[in-house]
Amino acid sequence: MADKYANLCLAITGINANDNPGPGMAVIRSLKESFGAGLRIIGLSYEPLEPGIYLRDHVNKTYQIPYPTEGANALLERLTYIHQQEKLDLIIPNFDSELFNFIKIAPQLMQIGIASFLPSHQQLAVRDKVNLKDFGLKHGFYVPADHKLYTIDDIKKAADEFNFPMVIKGKFYEASVVYTMDQAIKAFHQLNAAWGVPVIAQQFIKGTEINIAALGDGKGNNTSIVAMRKLYITDKGKAWAGVTIKDEKFIELGNNFALATGWKGGYEMEIMSNEDGHLYILEINPRFPAWIYLTAAAGQNQPGALVKMALGDIVEPFDDYQAGKLFVRYSWDHVTDISDFQQFSVFGEL
Amino acid sequence: MKIKSNIATSENGFIFNPATGDSFSGNAMAAHLLIAMKSGKTGHEIKKDILDKYDVGADQLERDWEDWMIQLKEANLLETEG
Repeated sequence: MADKYANLCLAITGINANDNPGPGMAVIRSLKESFGAGLRIIGLSYEPLEPGIYLRDHVNKTYQIPYPTEGANALLERLTYIHQQEKLDLIIPNFDSELFNFIKIAPQLMQIGIASFLPSHQQLAVRDKVNLKDFGLKHGFYVPADHKLYTIDDIKKAADEFNFPMVIKGKFYEASVVYTMDQAIKAFHQLNAAWGVPVIAQQFIKGTEINIAALGDGKGNNTSIVAMRKLYITDKGKAWAGVTIKDEKFIELGNNFALATGWKGGYEMEIMSNEDGHLYILEINPRFPAWIYLTAAAGQNQPGALVKMALGDIVEPFDDYQAGKLFVRYSWDHVTDISDFQQFSVFGEL
Repeated sequence: MKIKSNIATSENGFIFNPATGDSFSGNAMAAHLLIAMKSGKTGHEIKKDILDKYDVGADQLERDWEDWMIQLKEANLLETEG
């Protein structure tokens, strides 16, 4: 019997493999490992310098898509056009900021034959940074205290409660550990300009940074959980190297989250393990992380499993993975011709 | 005191704790001791082997053994008692 996955056409966002990479290229790598080189990969890109556009060994063709601020209708219209050209089987969005629109149009996409495997808007909202503390209180998770910042006065109130250092976070992305009021005000203005308000001030928790990548089945269970300890962290707080680790308490935490939310799709828990061994949830990202290929390397290929689940197949939960799988990220100057850049910039396709 | 069962050790003295991601590099003697501990030998048996094999006094060995245990405990590599 022919492998029904071998010739799928899959659309992937987040192909900005830069110094703060989106997960797209790692998702593609995992999918090719799972289903072979016969997959047709369609990149969906917002800007003409996202590296994945030019990595033709990995991405067969890339289309520009409208920014989330242009709304769900613009996205649906563009994807309908792309579908007419490519006959897409499935879309895997990989950016937090685009998920609201993708979730909104998921039923229409399904009607025209494009599958996805996404959380609901409600699930998306409960783990939002703005709501995370309340979510933790309701379900018994350790979550650092926070303040929503709309003005400079709010920063002073947060500093009075948390003292320094504290963490200043953007609504969608980026975070800074600040040690003085001047640094806090500067971070507030930068993050407000980039992502709008509220900016979030979070209590600083000292400890070991651990990330958990997981795949929820939408019924209160996880199909996969893999934990990773960051070994090298960039100035943006991203893991540049890490190693898989295995402890029952990480599995339990992920399972409790899946049970509390009924999460459907990939997600990442950013955890700080403090000196008492308490696992504080710093953030929950509603999509696969950029290090997702490590799950495949450790024996639980989460993007591969997601594709099967999105297409309606039953995937038995993974029960083990290899601890001690280490990744070291690297950068590489990919060379292409200006004509490729021109083609994408002018026509939105390459 | 026993080494945690999940701790990975190698003959060249590298130690990896798969629950925490901590890793350590030990010297040749550390590697020797870890392998002996993981094999199930008691502290008494390991110390006797050392006294038989190396030119070291019992008092000195006892002090060094206590220091070794403190290092293992601080590194969170020993089974929790009780």
